Amino acid sequence: MGDYVRQLPQGSSDMARAPSLAMRFHIDVPLLLLLMALTSYGLFVLYSASGGEMSAVIRQGRFFLIAYVLMIAAAQVSLQRFARWAPWLYAMGIAALVAVAFVGVGAKGAQRWLEIAGFRFQPSEIMKLTVPLTLAWYLADRTLPPQLRYLLGSLALLGVPAFLILRQPDLGTALLIAASGLFVLFMAGIGWRYIFGAVVAAVSSAWPAWQFVLKDYQKQRILTMFNPDSDKLGAGWNIIQSKTAIGSGGWSGKGWMHGTQSHLDFLPESHTDFIIAVLAEEFGLRGVLILLGLYLLILLRGFWIGVQAQTSFGRMIAGSLTLTFFVYIFVNMGMVAGLLPVVGVPLPLVSAGGTSLVTLMAGFGILMAVSTERRMVTV
Amino acid sequence: MKKKVNQPVALWRFYVVIFVLCSMLTLLVGRILSLQVLDVDRGYEFLQGQGEMRSVRTVEIPAYRGMISDRRGEPLAVSTPVVSIWANPKVLHTSERLPELAQALGMPLKTLADKLSRYKNKQFMYLSRHQVPADARVVLQKRIKGVYGEREYRRFYPAGEVAAQLVGFTNLDDEGIGGLELSYNDWLMGKPGKKKIIKDLHGDVVRDIGVLEEARPGKDITLSIDLRLQYLQQRELQKAIALNGASSGSIVTLDAKTGEVLAMVNYPVYNPNNRKNMRPADMRNRAMTDVYEPGSTMKALTLVAALESGKYTTSTMIDTTPGTIWVGRKQFRDYRNYGEISVSRIVEKSSQVGITKIAQDIGHEPIWNVFSRFGIGQSPSTGFPGESSGRLPTRPKWHAIEKVTLAFGYGLTATPLQLAHAFSVFANNGMQQPVSLLALDGEQPPGSPIITPQLAQAVLEVLHSVTGKDGTAQKARVAGYAVGGKTGTVHKAVAGGYAEDKYVALFAGVAPIENPRIVTVVVINEPKGENHGGGSVAAPIFSSVVEGALRLLNVAPTETEAVVTVGASEVKVGAA
Repeated sequence: MGDYVRQLPQGSSDMARAPSLAMRFHIDVPLLLLLMALTSYGLFVLYSASGGEMSAVIRQGRFFLIAYVLMIAAAQVSLQRFARWAPWLYAMGIAALVAVAFVGVGAKGAQRWLEIAGFRFQPSEIMKLTVPLTLAWYLADRTLPPQLRYLLGSLALLGVPAFLILRQPDLGTALLIAASGLFVLFMAGIGWRYIFGAVVAAVSSAWPAWQFVLKDYQKQRILTMFNPDSDKLGAGWNIIQSKTAIGSGGWSGKGWMHGTQSHLDFLPESHTDFIIAVLAEEFGLRGVLILLGLYLLILLRGFWIGVQAQTSFGRMIAGSLTLTFFVYIFVNMGMVAGLLPVVGVPLPLVSAGGTSLVTLMAGFGILMAVSTERRMVTV
Repeated sequence: MKKKVNQPVALWRFYVVIFVLCSMLTLLVGRILSLQVLDVDRGYEFLQGQGEMRSVRTVEIPAYRGMISDRRGEPLAVSTPVVSIWANPKVLHTSERLPELAQALGMPLKTLADKLSRYKNKQFMYLSRHQVPADARVVLQKRIKGVYGEREYRRFYPAGEVAAQLVGFTNLDDEGIGGLELSYNDWLMGKPGKKKIIKDLHGDVVRDIGVLEEARPGKDITLSIDLRLQYLQQRELQKAIALNGASSGSIVTLDAKTGEVLAMVNYPVYNPNNRKNMRPADMRNRAMTDVYEPGSTMKALTLVAALESGKYTTSTMIDTTPGTIWVGRKQFRDYRNYGEISVSRIVEKSSQVGITKIAQDIGHEPIWNVFSRFGIGQSPSTGFPGESSGRLPTRPKWHAIEKVTLAFGYGLTATPLQLAHAFSVFANNGMQQPVSLLALDGEQPPGSPIITPQLAQAVLEVLHSVTGKDGTAQKARVAGYAVGGKTGTVHKAVAGGYAEDKYVALFAGVAPIENPRIVTVVVINEPKGENHGGGSVAAPIFSSVVEGALRLLNVAPTETEAVVTVGASEVKVGAA
C-alpha cells in the first residue's frame, strides 16, 4: 500500500508508547464506553417499556452480550480481510435473498426470513453490512472519484439487493441499504453534479413512485403522517399515541415506570420501534436530550474514525456505517415524533430485538477495526 | 498516490456531512421540543391533557340504596352488588370470539350476533344486566376486546309478593318507580360518589387514583308494617279469595292508637323479584288506590250523627214495622220485620228501615259532616303514589233518595285504608291519628279529636253487639277476645246503575273491644257463590286475621270462657 512511507517520520512519538491492551485487542475505548452507556440506558428504559418484566431485560441483555462479543470479534479482523471477504459475503447474501423470495417464511404479509435448522435469520440484515463493504471494496482499488462506468457498476451492486428486499416487501430496509451504498459513493467523492442530479431525479420520481411503486399501505402511512387525525383508530393510532406520550412527558417526565401511555397499552410497539416515546414520557425532554447526546457523541466518534482512516476503504466504510447509524436514529425518531411516515425501523441499540442489534454492533466492530488499523500501522 | 488526490476532498465532505447531520438533528430536537415543552396550544399541555383523557376517568361510585325494613327490622327491600356486562358493538361486532362470548353469556349465538349488528355503529350496549358477580367474572375474565363490566346494585325483595304493592319496586337503574320505593326515592337513593381511575386501552381499571367524593349511601326506612302480620293477612286473604271465587281483595290493619299501618295486603299480587309475567293491575296497592262504596259499614258513622244530634241514644226505640219503607219511588226492605227496636239494635241488625227513619229525621247534613270529619273524601296524605281520597259528593240539591242512601254508605266512595282510618276514631277514644306507613317509634304526631270519648265508647258497644249472638257479624268473633265491627254488602256500581249479581263484601272492625289495639278492614271484591255478604264472606276473614294478629301483638285474652276446660266434655267458646 505504501502507507509506511509517510508514517516513518512522524512515528517517533508514538513509538515511545507501548501498545496498550485496548490497542492490542483492536478496541476503540471512547466508542466502547459510549456504546456501553447507551445500551445500559436502553435496558433501563426497556424494563419500563416491557411493563416491568425482568425477563425481557434479561433477554435483551443476552442479545447485548452476543452483540458485544461479535463486535470485539469483528474488530480483530483486518480491513484487508474484510475487503477480501466482501464479494463472497455479497454473493452469499444475494443467494439468500433469492432463497427468501422462494422459500422464505414471513409474518404480517411480508416474507423476510430464512429458516435453517429451526434458526431464523433475516438475510436483508446481513446485507446492511455487506453492501457498503462490497461497494467500498469495489471502489477502493480504482481512482477516486470513480469514473462513470464504475459508478454505474456500483449502482448495480447496490440495486440488486435493494430491489430484492423491496420485493419482500420491506421498504424500510431497502431504503436503509440503498442509503448505506449511496453513502459509500458519497465518501468515494463522486462529483456534486451527480449528487445534485440524483436529488433532482429522486424528487421528480416521487410522483411516478407514488402512482406505480408504492403499495396502498405504504401510501396510507405517508398520508397518515400528514394528518394522523384522519384515521384515529386505524393508521393514525400509533402516531397519535406516540405524540401524546412524548408531549405528556414535559421537561422532566412522569417518572420511571409511570408512563401511562405505555403502561396502559395505549402505545403500540412500546418496547420496540416506539420505545423513544416511552423514554420521552417517563424521562421527559431531559431523558431525550441525554439519549441524543449519546448518539451525537457516537456519531462524531464514528466520523472522526472515518476522517482518520488510513485507507480509502476504511474511510468509505467508516463514513457509510456512521451515516447509516444516523439514518436509523433519524428515521426512528422522526417517525415517532410524527415527522416521517411509520416505517419499521427500530431505535438503534435501545429497542428490544436481537437482529438489528447484532448487525449494528458488528458494524461498530468494523469501525473499531478501521480505528485501530491506523494505530497499529502507526506502531 | 490515490490518497493525495482523495483525502482533502473527502475531509471536506465529512464536514458537509456533519453539518447536514447536525441540522437534521436540530430539526428532530426542535420537533420534540415543540411537542414536549414549547407549544402550549397543540403542544405539551394539550398532549398531557390528551394523555390523561385517555387513561384517567372520573367515574361514579354507585351509591348503595337504602334498605326498607318492617317495624321489627326484617328486610323488605335490600340492594345487593351485581355486575352488568356491556359491550362496545363497534369493536365487538367483528370479533372472532363471539361464539365463546355467546356461550359464556348463555345466549344463542344468533341472538347475540343480531343484536350486535343492529347496534354496530353504537359504542355502548348492555349484553346482560345484573349478573351475579361470580357469573360476570367468568365472562369478563375471557378479556374479549369490547366487553366490559360495570358494578351496580340490584334490588332484592326478600318478602317477595307479601309486601310487594306497598314496598313497590325500582327499575334497572335503581330508581324507585312504584310504591314506597317511589315516594321515598330521594331518601333511599343516596348520592353517587366520584372517583378517579386509570383505565388501560382495554377499558380495564388499572388503578384507583383517588376518591373525589365518597358515595353517600341512601338512608334506610323502617315501615310501620309488621311482616309477620303481613304474612298472616296475605295467607288469609288468598285463602278467602280462593274460597269465594272473588276477583280481588284487600285487608288493612291499623294500630288503633298510633295510626300506623300494621299490615296492608292485596290480591292479586306479583313477585317483585321476577317481573316477567307481571300485569299492571297486579301492581296496584288496592287498599290505597281502589275505591269502593263502603255500604252498611257507614251505618256506624250514621249512628254517630244520630247520637250527636241529641235526639237519640243507643237505647231510643224506633218502630221499624212493617220491615219495608218507601223513599220516593224506591222501596227499602229489612231481612224481616224487626218491630220496635232500639237504635243499637238497628245497627246490630243493619236495619234499612231504622236507618232510613233516623236519616230522614236528622237530615243528610249532619251525616255528611260526620263522614267528612272521619276522613271520607279526604286524602290520607301518606304520599303514597296513586293514593286515592275517595269521594264524598257535595250536591247543590239532594234528592230524598240520596239523603237516605248516603246514610247507607251508597253514593260515596272510600278506600279500605280510609275506612279503617275512620273506624280508628272509635278505637282511640274519639281521636284520629294521621295514617303512617313509617314506623313512628313513639314519636307520635298530635291527633285530632273527632268525637267525644263517651260517644266513641257508646259506638264501640254497639259495634261489639254486631258480633253478638243476634248480630250480622257473628262470624267475626275471635276466640278469647271481645271484638266489634260492622259488616257491609254493596252491589257493585257498574255503568248505568248497580249490578244485581256483583257484590263487594266488607267488614270494618276493632279489637279487642275493651282496650282496642287494632282496626282491621276486610274488602272482598266480587265474591261468587251463595255467600256474598259482608257477614259471611268478610267477617270470617276478620276473625282469623285478628286472632293471629292479637296473638302476635301479645294481647292478653280477655274472655276466659275461651279457655278450653281440660277434661270437660263441653267446650265453651267465648261470645257475648
